[in-house]
Amino acid sequence: MSDLKEKYKKWEDTQLKKTLEKKPERKQKFSTLSDHVIERLYTELNLKDFDYARDLGDPGEYPFTRGVHETMYRGKLWTMRLFAGFGTAKDSNKRFHYLLEQGQTGLSVAFHMPTIMGYDSDHPRSKGEVGKTGVSIDTLEDMETLFKGIPLGEVTTSMTINAPATILFAMYLAVAEKQGVDWKKIRGTTQNDILKEYIAQKSWIYPPKPSMRLITDMMAYASEHVPGWNTISISGYHIREAGSTAVQELAFTLADGIAYVEAGIKTGLDVDTFAPRLSFFFNSHNDFFEEIAKMRAARRIWAKVMKERFKAKNPKSWMLRFHTQTAGCSLTAQQPYNNVIRTTVQALAAVMGGTQSLHTNSLDETLSLPTEETATIALRTQQIIAEESGVAATIDPLAGSYFIETLTNEIENEAMDYIQRIDDMGGMVDAIENGFPQREVGNSSYRYQQQVEKKEKIIVGINKYIVENEKPIPTLYVDEKVEQEQIENVKRIKSQRDQAKVKMYLEELKSAAKGSDNVMPHILNCVRAYGSLGEICDVFRDVFGEYHDPKWL
Amino acid sequence: MAEDKLRILVAKPGLDGHDRGAKVVARALRDAGFEVIYTGLHQTPEMIVSAAVDEDVDAVSLSVLSGAHMFLFPEVIKQLAEKGASDIKVFGGGIIPEEDLPKLYESGVAKIFTPGATLSEITTWVRDNIKSTKGK
Repeated sequence: MSDLKEKYKKWEDTQLKKTLEKKPERKQKFSTLSDHVIERLYTELNLKDFDYARDLGDPGEYPFTRGVHETMYRGKLWTMRLFAGFGTAKDSNKRFHYLLEQGQTGLSVAFHMPTIMGYDSDHPRSKGEVGKTGVSIDTLEDMETLFKGIPLGEVTTSMTINAPATILFAMYLAVAEKQGVDWKKIRGTTQNDILKEYIAQKSWIYPPKPSMRLITDMMAYASEHVPGWNTISISGYHIREAGSTAVQELAFTLADGIAYVEAGIKTGLDVDTFAPRLSFFFNSHNDFFEEIAKMRAARRIWAKVMKERFKAKNPKSWMLRFHTQTAGCSLTAQQPYNNVIRTTVQALAAVMGGTQSLHTNSLDETLSLPTEETATIALRTQQIIAEESGVAATIDPLAGSYFIETLTNEIENEAMDYIQRIDDMGGMVDAIENGFPQREVGNSSYRYQQQVEKKEKIIVGINKYIVENEKPIPTLYVDEKVEQEQIENVKRIKSQRDQAKVKMYLEELKSAAKGSDNVMPHILNCVRAYGSLGEICDVFRDVFGEYHDPKWL
Repeated sequence: MAEDKLRILVAKPGLDGHDRGAKVVARALRDAGFEVIYTGLHQTPEMIVSAAVDEDVDAVSLSVLSGAHMFLFPEVIKQLAEKGASDIKVFGGGIIPEEDLPKLYESGVAKIFTPGATLSEITTWVRDNIKSTKGK
């Protein structure tokens, strides 16, 4: 090692020095998108303490740095899962069928804002928003339409839903019942990660503490009745979209995960009953190696946390399985076809990072929801990576790279520093109440925007290589008629159902919410009787109160 | 003098929680010397208009990324007029497709910044186009 050091020093002092004198490098400082400093060269000297078994392990083996599965993509490709939903349940059902016909291997539901915020389409607060950012779901009937002709025992479905997650999960189970599918055969994920809502995505309804109770109720219910369901997808995606660095995304996500595990244990659940069903969700942004290192570090940190801190015994509890979405915030409205290339690089990073499933953004997503054509290109991007590029032929191909292993170590250390700070604050729920992660993210996003303005960070088409007078591209337009149609729809359902039954079930739900009974069976009764999402959320609003954000900048 | 500072209300109308843009713009306006009031999230047009009037602002800046801009922008303008506060200019930005711009301008929106707009573009526009509503 000392020979190597000498040799390197000699190279620096002679050959390199001469070159730099003649021709300086392009920049004084090289850094990642997140401002992590990158050295000129990484060598064996950076990995002096490297220990293969301790730091990497073989695939499917603790600490899972190389991947959670023994054969990774040689055994099974990642699930290609495009986030889709717009207009009415009927419109979105058609898109789901189209995507499945095109070779997509899993479903991912985007709900419109009123559903996400717990309002029915006929609520005054829903005005102008119905069907705009996703599909409108008010009652079980909409959910039946959404999954019409899709056998729930055969697909896996991910639902991006948080504050009302228990209700959409109950609706999904009720559709399965109607299809005659055994709940034990159902596979899928509810995002159900309320902590990152307070940090980043900001789609909350109730305050943090009662929200955590809804989550633990669902974890307990699913572990008994729907064992194949991933009850939470602990999400860094939105934290990154809100402007965090890669390290902040990783650290805050894992700190959220720690808070859920602690909450589960506190309610008396054995860690190994629910931890194997926790899944994660990361962003894949533009900086190729930083993203790969982040994903590798994520697996290693989580394995250590689960084994050492929470004393989990089941290896499945140690495994961090995750979905990835390419970075929506990296896309540009200018020269939108360039977004296909950005998405390709980001998708490739996610595959190198060992993701279990992947959403690739469409090129038009800075303008509107994707059209059928652009969604197809996004899916084809994954299929080309999987079938043509050759990268899926071996496992964790970048392992052992001086650079990748160093960066993985550095990101792990920086994330652990953050996790320690959050622990010192009393955990993530307290940190959120103090506004710590929110401020950190806000500062990073402002700093980044200033770097873009000063051209310290380059965005092609925005602050370099600009084209004037571009031709607009065709985009998807959700007609205003959708709103009227859906309002009539929900009013019809509400007038046709057995009102006494709905009222009784809502009352029973209220007692459960006030007490300590698990709310899931009561929510199921409500949705089966066509009680609406808004009505159920109103019960919880009544009992738990509503959350409002602090108005700091 | 502080009382000469233009006052801008930065608001997030509707159910949309994406506040990255609103907060970055609010900070940039503040750093550029304007007095900025931020409403927080999930505001109805009524809440925004009443804050604008109560705070005696010179302009309202709306950020909408949920596709509901065609309802929310005109509604805020209409309600400002109903309160006799049409001198408060309304501008904003978000995920707003090009083809919606003519209709928004027709409804009285002073300026829409679409994705890719720079902070200096926004602060310069505000400096050049927003005049004090006081003393009229």
